[in-house]
Amino acid sequence: MTYEISHLRALESEAIHVIREVAAELERAVLLFSGGKDSAVLLHLARKAFHPGGLPFPVMHVDTGHNFPEVIEYRDRLVEEMGARLIVACVQDSIDKGRVTEESGPRASRNRLQSVTLLDAIEEHGFRAAFGGARRDEERARAKERILSFRDDFGQWDPKGQRPELWNVYNGFVKPGEHVRVFPLSNWTELDVWQYIAEEKLDLPCIYFAHERDVFKRDGMLYALSDHVELLPGEEPFKKWVRFRTVGDMSCTGAVASEATSLEDVVAEIAATRITERGETRADDRISEAAMEDRKKEGYF
Amino acid sequence: MAPGAATNGRPTATRTSELVRFATAGSVDDGKSTLIGRLLFDTKSIFEDQLEHVEETSKRRGDGYVNLALLTDGLRAEREQGITIDVAYRYFHTPRRKFIIADTPGHEQYTRNMVTGASTADLALILVDARKGVLEQSRRHAFIASLLRIPHLVVCVNKMDLVDFDEEVFERIRAEFTGWAAKLDIHDMTFIPISALHGDNVVERSQRMDWYDGPSLLYHLEHVHVASDRNLQDARFPVQWVTRPMSDELHDYRGYAGEVASGVFRTGDEIVVLPSGLTSRIAGIDTFDGELEEAYPPLSVTMRLEDDIDVSRGDMICRPSNRPKEARDIDAMVCWMSDRPLAASGRYRIKHTSRTALAKVDEVIYRIDVNSLHRNEEATGLELNEIGKLRLRLSAPLLVDEYRRNRATGSFILIDESTNDTVGAGMVL
Repeated sequence: MTYEISHLRALESEAIHVIREVAAELERAVLLFSGGKDSAVLLHLARKAFHPGGLPFPVMHVDTGHNFPEVIEYRDRLVEEMGARLIVACVQDSIDKGRVTEESGPRASRNRLQSVTLLDAIEEHGFRAAFGGARRDEERARAKERILSFRDDFGQWDPKGQRPELWNVYNGFVKPGEHVRVFPLSNWTELDVWQYIAEEKLDLPCIYFAHERDVFKRDGMLYALSDHVELLPGEEPFKKWVRFRTVGDMSCTGAVASEATSLEDVVAEIAATRITERGETRADDRISEAAMEDRKKEGYF
Repeated sequence: MAPGAATNGRPTATRTSELVRFATAGSVDDGKSTLIGRLLFDTKSIFEDQLEHVEETSKRRGDGYVNLALLTDGLRAEREQGITIDVAYRYFHTPRRKFIIADTPGHEQYTRNMVTGASTADLALILVDARKGVLEQSRRHAFIASLLRIPHLVVCVNKMDLVDFDEEVFERIRAEFTGWAAKLDIHDMTFIPISALHGDNVVERSQRMDWYDGPSLLYHLEHVHVASDRNLQDARFPVQWVTRPMSDELHDYRGYAGEVASGVFRTGDEIVVLPSGLTSRIAGIDTFDGELEEAYPPLSVTMRLEDDIDVSRGDMICRPSNRPKEARDIDAMVCWMSDRPLAASGRYRIKHTSRTALAKVDEVIYRIDVNSLHRNEEATGLELNEIGKLRLRLSAPLLVDEYRRNRATGSFILIDESTNDTVGAGMVL
């Protein structure tokens, strides 16, 4: 007997270890759930970690109000099926309370406003730990982030002052007002996530699979036509077979042309792609070279 | 770097592969970034938009070449100052394996960062510049690799193109390195002559070094046997979480969740729970995907016991005939990671497996010079990046094994009580 273990099982076990460790050491944890594929995997792993018991923490969705309706439908279905407790923190509430100011114009996005809503919700509920589905292969600033990533009482990330992280011994000590963001999928790549979804036969929002949709082209990317985006002069909607590689706001998430209608097709497509998921589909990362680093310092996911 | 030479495609959808973690260490000019860039590039792990971005930035900075170091330098300050601040993690796949690279900078704070990267590594990759031979830095890296018990060491003698692919140069370096490494406890050491810039012996065997009959670096990384590095003898299961669903159908269910640290557990095995010393048998090993016959590292499982005994987080389940040491005093090698020095008589939190206690520094036995291996017994403390042997007194017993025998139950971290920072990394002697 050689006791071999595949890379997906090794990654799964590492993530479960992290989730249990944080749930045991930090009072009041929450799992941030966007309805995207990474948070779907994260939620599945959390479920595995405490089986046959239920989740010992609630699930929170930071709702920008600019969601794909298919994703909200998926969120509600999944949460009900699992019997998890769902908290919805609305960006609209932050706007109404005057905590943030809505951007205007055709390129307006609520992406950046989410950080305030998220931090307010963490403070309101007194969460000490917030699990997120971010991966280190997504973006350069994230490649440097710890699995347990400390946030001060302003919710800020200090990339140069991070705690060293050794072996699988995690330091979850925080003071009142501070919290940690926890990224159990740190060592997963996009392909790992898709291979795992295929292996585990996980349910996903249908927009991850190819479908025909009204889209328009902007800055070389395809966007879904919706009430949340104003068209610029010269932008003409047209029908195309597309799928989404990431799930964010309708206002800043691009689609890719695709015929991949099954999980197997999607995995094959991801295995062959030559462009990163954020480069291909996320307008929010195109603002500047350090767009993600800047947002993360402010408390972003 | 020219495209081409790509022989290893990305993996297919269904194939399973093994996870291998390796740490690289080195400074800016020994070609480490070029080598990592070459590995990523030739395994098609760099995406077009990333490459375009690096090309643009290189041009803007006036680098005169495509600076692959920019791929790993993720923070604004790093790009501005042209230095690497922290450990960066990079990923690539081949059809056989998934690799995690912990890329650690070679300049200041090297020890802290390399120790961090090395702590989880199966293999350490050390670069030696063929023109310069074995430098202090290479020796330091080898020492840290051996201290952290990285099972496999690969020494890449780089820039062979600049010494006319001369076998004698390679052999001289190999002899010198081997001679020095004899002082260290390194079991598997492999030397490969390469040119990271031109790709010789990185992915493909070089045609320009007929005298070398070993594998290319990637071939070696793909085939080095890591599964047997795990400790499968000493059964250790630190309990992380007690699962008690208390639902109607599972009213009496009580399971102990954790990750197997070492050894193999089977249903029916006689076990002892430490520190209580209570014994029982394994009634079942549960996972979400069903019951397992046996559990081995690094599987995360939930164990049920036949008897209703008191078990809580921080306890360790072992076999009665093979137990860790229940220690109130430990001697350990500690690497110091904080600007605030360690002082003799200092008090810290200590976290070991799933157990936390307080530790008092009883004695600094010696400080070791990472370059000369000289032991300074006059030392009274440790500064940032220094390594020394300490005697610690604990507020509660920890269940430890020697680090050299068991990396999972022989390692711990020290945490500053006032700042909550992780300030030390320790290995039990």
